[in-house]
Amino acid sequence: MLEIKNLTKVYEGGTQALTDVSFSVKPGEFLAVIGLSGSGKSTLLRCINRLIEPTEGQIIWNGEDITAASQDEMLRIRRKIGMIFQHFNLVSRSKVITNVLAGRLGYINPAMSLLNHFPKSDRDMAMKQLDRVSIADQAYKRADELSGGQQQRVGIARAMVQEPDIILADEPVASLDPVLAHSIMQYLETINQEDGAMVLCSLHFLDLVHRYADRAIALNDGKLMFDGPPHDIDDEKFKEIYGKEAERVG
Amino acid sequence: MNNKKPSLLRSLGIALGVVLVIVVFAYGVKVTDVNFETTRSVDRLTSLKRVIRALARPDIIEYDYDITVVEIPFYLPCPEGEEISAPDLDQSQPYMLASAYCASPQEIVHITGKNFPPDTKGPVDFYTTSGVKKPLGNFSSDSNGEFQLDVELPTRQPIAEAQQIIATIRNKVGNPMLTDTAKVTWDKILETVFMALLATTIGTALAIPVSFIAARNLMAENNSPLTSIAFSIVGWPIGIYLGLKTEGFARQLLTPYLESPGKAAIGLMICIVLIIVILQWVLKADDKKPGFDIMDIIKILANVAAGLAGIAVMLFVETLSRSIGLALVEPLGPFGFIGNFLYQMGEAATLIIPVFVALGLGAVVGGTLGKIGQNISDKSPSDVVRMVNIIGTTVAGASLFALIGTGINWLYQIDNLSKTLYWPAGIGAVIGLVLALIVKPKQPLPTGMIIYFITRTILNGTRSVEALVMAIVFVIWVGIGPFAGSLALALHTVAALAKLYSEQVESILPGPLEAVQATGANRLQTIVYAIVPQIVSPYISFTMYRWDINVRMSTIIGFVGGGGIGFLLQQNINLLAYRAASVQMVAIAVVVATMDYVSSVVRERMV
Repeated sequence: MLEIKNLTKVYEGGTQALTDVSFSVKPGEFLAVIGLSGSGKSTLLRCINRLIEPTEGQIIWNGEDITAASQDEMLRIRRKIGMIFQHFNLVSRSKVITNVLAGRLGYINPAMSLLNHFPKSDRDMAMKQLDRVSIADQAYKRADELSGGQQQRVGIARAMVQEPDIILADEPVASLDPVLAHSIMQYLETINQEDGAMVLCSLHFLDLVHRYADRAIALNDGKLMFDGPPHDIDDEKFKEIYGKEAERVG
Repeated sequence: MNNKKPSLLRSLGIALGVVLVIVVFAYGVKVTDVNFETTRSVDRLTSLKRVIRALARPDIIEYDYDITVVEIPFYLPCPEGEEISAPDLDQSQPYMLASAYCASPQEIVHITGKNFPPDTKGPVDFYTTSGVKKPLGNFSSDSNGEFQLDVELPTRQPIAEAQQIIATIRNKVGNPMLTDTAKVTWDKILETVFMALLATTIGTALAIPVSFIAARNLMAENNSPLTSIAFSIVGWPIGIYLGLKTEGFARQLLTPYLESPGKAAIGLMICIVLIIVILQWVLKADDKKPGFDIMDIIKILANVAAGLAGIAVMLFVETLSRSIGLALVEPLGPFGFIGNFLYQMGEAATLIIPVFVALGLGAVVGGTLGKIGQNISDKSPSDVVRMVNIIGTTVAGASLFALIGTGINWLYQIDNLSKTLYWPAGIGAVIGLVLALIVKPKQPLPTGMIIYFITRTILNGTRSVEALVMAIVFVIWVGIGPFAGSLALALHTVAALAKLYSEQVESILPGPLEAVQATGANRLQTIVYAIVPQIVSPYISFTMYRWDINVRMSTIIGFVGGGGIGFLLQQNINLLAYRAASVQMVAIAVVVATMDYVSSVVRERMV
């Protein structure tokens, strides 16, 4: 159970990114986060693993307050939270397998990891996850030799070797074409259903939300505008979320 | 249209600007002593021609010469009452006839040469009885081996005896050979290149860690509350002091085993095994679980034991390296320098180990205390934190200022405890106390940025002192020679490379960094997995570039006694031996051009 309570983020310089956002996510749920660009979706996701420090509010996960965790405790919490990014954020000069193994850094001995030594079990796990997203044959290529869709699958594999309880996906398909978008979303769906990881995924296209999400929340200008099943987003709600001039596409 | 000024004002402004520029340049001409008149002076032009011609003929190749001397006895002036006739000549050899065999100074004498080797040139000189040479001119024989030459006799003290007019014929014999100048230049240019290599290596090794501290994007996110800062300020000096003591103690304790290489080797083995065993056990037991129990204490003790064993390993390696190196110098013969290398590494270790241990322990104690401070600040209520802060910052301020006072005392030798210790400590304590009262108890302070600015300032300061100037100081420390030059260049390299490197770190993509942080990787892991892959190739290319610069700088560092080819060059310029200096200039040009080319090729491959 992930509970977000009165979460507020004000950036230095006074930008109000999130205002008093509260919601909760059940284990195994696939939650879509929608809203315009700049509505605070990325900030919200990054507050959950504290890549961005929240200004106020609490994030409670299984009874533990993430916002109050010390830096060391945060490392322990983060390794159970996988993250997938719009621009994949792979280390382009490293090999695919190294990028995936980076997901194990929170688990293995720090001294050994600095020498680029990973236990065999971790290497096997990395290969297994690459196989799951069907790019095991690319494991020893450099990450920047892969296409966009393949790179995002490496990103998913990296999140998966963390054996995560939560997956934060920050517009994972926004840089991909519609066909690839569906294939990536299907991988996320598989992970959600087979591994039981809770998925928080920010999305732009409502048809993807309808197709994959159990529930959706909507942000507009940092405020929570909607919390409910995707099919409850009618035209009126839509205009509330996206503004009066918006029109539905797709 | 508010950007259109009245045109008169505008042109006046431009006119004023032009006048100002002219005035600035006119003043510049005055202070730089520009004087174009001198450039036309005949004397100077002659000297210039001579020097340029000498430079154009670098003294690289020489021949053995077969020298034949053709002489005419000559009276200057004519002895009174005596008839001087032509001497007997052996006409099978080259010989010379003169229009007269005695004359007054400054008279013109016509000389005819016969039987000379055809198409030969050479000097004709006047030799006094004491062997002083006055050049008269140059002969140039035709295809029949004859020449005609009018010479003006020199002005000399009158002497009754016969003096000589001598033509010298020089024939090249054998193959061209390298001159001594060329050989010495080769030795020195080699020294120069290796000086640059050594300086670049040492500089790079030190610049890499510094570059991370001097990178804004890495440091900006390091914020600590006052408690943590105060605790670690107190911790660092304690750690450094303990480190120095521990190293000294360990050295003393191990002295019996350090004396013989055999014992040292055994000790080294034992210590390495010990470390492996301890580390394996500690690593197996490693799990990030909250709380603190008896196992943690045992683990800390095990780590301390491993650390002590580590110090012992360093000391054993130092001894072994020294004694093995010394033993190898003789048997290796021409490769004895490898033995010397080992020996010198041992010597360097003697210098480095205490610093290393001190800094290491400083980091451990400072870091641990800082972490304790962080925990207190995170977990305790504000009032408690404020109380801890008041005590902590007062102590920290006092110790920091006392240390600064001690440093100042070392520099200026004031030797007055109340001025250099008590007063600074008191002022520091007050400042600390005030700080603790002003700052909100749990407010995170930008420690990272403070360290960043301090590092940057030191780097900029070091970089603005030319390596040439640093060399002067190092020459005093380690004596004249290439070692001083290497150290000076190394220091300058650290400052310059750390800046270039850190700018590279600042320009990395933040995405991968974020992604690796999100996996729960710690700071060091993030650096190794997200930053290092992004900076390896620019680092290599900058290092090559720096080597290139160091070669260029080491060519002149000899001017102040820093070794390398500069010493030779300066010497030859001072001796007005321009042909020799020319050899060194050519050598420098060749080496620098080659380095330039090689480094650009390597950089292209890398990036």
